[in-house]
Amino acid sequence: MTEPVLATHGLCKAFGALQASDAISLDLRPGEIHAVIGPNGAGKSTLIAQICGSLAPDAGRVEFLGRDVTGESTQARAARGLARTFQTSALAMEDTVLQNVLLGALGASGRPWSFFSRASRDAALRDRAEAALEAVGLAELKELRTAELSHGQRRQLEVAVALTLEPKAFVMDEPMAGLGQEGSKRLTGFLDGLRAQAPILLVEHDMDAVFALADRISVLVYGRVIATGSVEDIRRDPLVREAYLGDEA
Amino acid sequence: MSRERLLNGALLLALILIPAWALYAGEPFTITLATRAVIFALAAVGLNIALGLGGLVSLGHAVFFGIGGYAMGILASHAQSYTPLMDWPFAIEGTKSMPVIWLVAIVASSCAALLIGLLSLRTSGVYFIMITLAFGQMMYFFAISWPAYGGEDGLSIYVRNGFPGLNTLDPIQFYGLCLALLCLVLAFNARLMRSPFGLALNAARQVPERVRAVGLDPRRLQLVALVISGAITGLAGALFADLNRFVSPTMLSWQMSGEIMVFVIIGGVARLFGPVAGAGIYVLLEHLLGGVSEYWQIFLGLVLLMVVLFGKGGVVGMIAGRRRDD
Repeated sequence: MTEPVLATHGLCKAFGALQASDAISLDLRPGEIHAVIGPNGAGKSTLIAQICGSLAPDAGRVEFLGRDVTGESTQARAARGLARTFQTSALAMEDTVLQNVLLGALGASGRPWSFFSRASRDAALRDRAEAALEAVGLAELKELRTAELSHGQRRQLEVAVALTLEPKAFVMDEPMAGLGQEGSKRLTGFLDGLRAQAPILLVEHDMDAVFALADRISVLVYGRVIATGSVEDIRRDPLVREAYLGDEA
Repeated sequence: MSRERLLNGALLLALILIPAWALYAGEPFTITLATRAVIFALAAVGLNIALGLGGLVSLGHAVFFGIGGYAMGILASHAQSYTPLMDWPFAIEGTKSMPVIWLVAIVASSCAALLIGLLSLRTSGVYFIMITLAFGQMMYFFAISWPAYGGEDGLSIYVRNGFPGLNTLDPIQFYGLCLALLCLVLAFNARLMRSPFGLALNAARQVPERVRAVGLDPRRLQLVALVISGAITGLAGALFADLNRFVSPTMLSWQMSGEIMVFVIIGGVARLFGPVAGAGIYVLLEHLLGGVSEYWQIFLGLVLLMVVLFGKGGVVGMIAGRRRDD
């Protein structure tokens, strides 16, 4: 079996009496899309926060590229090649679309300490930024202020910024949230191709997307992984049906 | 050409034409007023980098202004009394040379900014305002209670410091020097806004979590911004002390911090020429209304209120519209 790119081992996090993460162990292997599903309040966001480093776990480890990164900051993990997208778009709204992806390219270059050159004239940064916009289909809108984008376009830009990092793994927090059926379908097609570039840990509510994309699915309920398996396994799992899927499956 | 560029050009032209007219008409006092405005503008350009670009609401910029002032006062007072600053372990003499004084002012105020930044950037929002204010007050009371350099009475310097090749006692020559420095710093600021650092800092103000997610540390960016900002305001402080040939703890007071912030807000936060417009308006009001009433700042308050309520982008924003950059 190949080494996982990203793995958690026994992650625990409690907020008072609420056990938001209860010994969560899961891994992300090269080339796959691993979806994490679960009802609201299951602890999906808490899990992502711990994986990306904005929240320290009470116990357990996060491993990335075979290295224990549990004690590292968000920016250190990002610099190693862990790219995330946010559930609610975290974009510089006053800036242009291009400036947002330029920021990603700048982060990937690791050299923000240039005070005299022009960011938009730096060929290396610009190529990387524009390639990412091209990939998600926002190239035409690059001069627009981000605040002027539609919700769907912001979701696309969110993915584009992650792309500029040319990461080793993606962690996506509900990338389909608020997209219409059409947009959801388009993004599904895009993510389908993206897994060849880097594996994706996908937290998603949109079941159609999850069943279409996921190689494996983990089901999170009350902070605990109650099942992990292929789409078929999960559809058939009686525990999952009872706890979560209900009639949907 | 955009409206903002036209406005910037007009402001620059005014900074050249008004003193030129004053020189021609034999009104040296107007030149002194213009010098005051230019130095205030320089101090505010410094603050604007922290405040406008970095989103750091510092109510302690008088610290840097005052450090610059005292750098001038201390060095010049030692030169004027022919006593060295220290003998051991090596001798440091005072100096009357502006370039040296500026360098000391810049280094000292950026060190102070680094120290203050390291401590205060752990906080944000209202706490950041309060902690920078606290540092300002500490420096203020330290200066008052330190008798070696005049304490509460401040330090008088009898002759303005020198600059190679210029007669700095001639108001127009000193004005030209100050204006040249302002232009230099504005040019630097313009480049900074569009640089990779400026891009990252701009994003760190708006969405720090995004900046972290692309692998950069927003706090480090803000710390560097604060150091640059403090250095510029410190330079302005040295010039201000030289203009008045006097430095006192007033330069370190929180009212001074407030005034520098008022320049930025009236002129336009994060606008290149905002501080220039703001400082110009302030000095103009101070001069025109100060003659009418001792309480002229009531009118300043009204202007500030108008600008904040009706023109969110300050005067530059009202005239030139929303900021556009490429």
